[in-house]
Amino acid sequence: MNIYDIIFYLFAIVTLVSAAFVVSTKNIVHAAFFLIFTFFGVAGLYILLGADFIGVVQILVYVGGILILLLFGVMLTNKITNVEIRSGTTQIVPALIGVGLFAGILVLTMVSTEWKSAPGEIPFTTAYSLGKVLLTDFVLIFELLGILLLIALIGAASIARREKE
Amino acid sequence: MQVPIEYYLILSAFMFSVGVAGVLIRRNAIIILMSIELMLNSANLALITFSSFMGNSIGQIFAFFVMTVAAAEAAIGLAIVIAIFRNKLTVNIDQINLFKW
Repeated sequence: MNIYDIIFYLFAIVTLVSAAFVVSTKNIVHAAFFLIFTFFGVAGLYILLGADFIGVVQILVYVGGILILLLFGVMLTNKITNVEIRSGTTQIVPALIGVGLFAGILVLTMVSTEWKSAPGEIPFTTAYSLGKVLLTDFVLIFELLGILLLIALIGAASIARREKE
Repeated sequence: MQVPIEYYLILSAFMFSVGVAGVLIRRNAIIILMSIELMLNSANLALITFSSFMGNSIGQIFAFFVMTVAAAEAAIGLAIVIAIFRNKLTVNIDQINLFKW
């Protein structure tokens, strides 16, 4: 049990427990706050795996962007004045049976498969190599993702805008 | 890099299953969007695990692409939820049955 194991178990427990709370808690605002801990746990695992740039981007994009957006969604779609912030669950038994079977098959596949692994040499910092690959080999996809984000921006504004009467 | 690859993959599998369970059992549209983010995060974790254990960085590029598409998806999804809320005054997906007749 060395330091890597301890860090891995710490982040794994934080991630899984807060993910379970996101799904099971009745209060939507609590769910959004537990989602923060899930994202931080996953970012820690990325950095443990040697992907430091992706870990920082995870915190920036998910915690700083998507989660704030979700909180705005919670605030805009609940009647704050009358406390209608709880939401229930339905169909819990068949859903849990199906998900349990699915998880069992998935874990069985991942344990029984003989994964290839190269003797890993993870560079000390990945931002340089990522930037180089992104702007040479994958430059078309990079530009297309820029266009996709522009379309999403315009589309979201046009869908959420109030109609002129 | 002492932790074996299976541990990360099993963690990713459990996270994905928790996301699927959230989509199936919750009835609030925003919680469903949060569960979709959980599933995308677990896919990213698997991609970065493979990238790290194979020693090249293409998997990290793909995780980057997934994050971009997830941001676009969250924005559009919330816009649709807000537009529906303005018309129906609810985000409970049992009561949103515009396409049912």
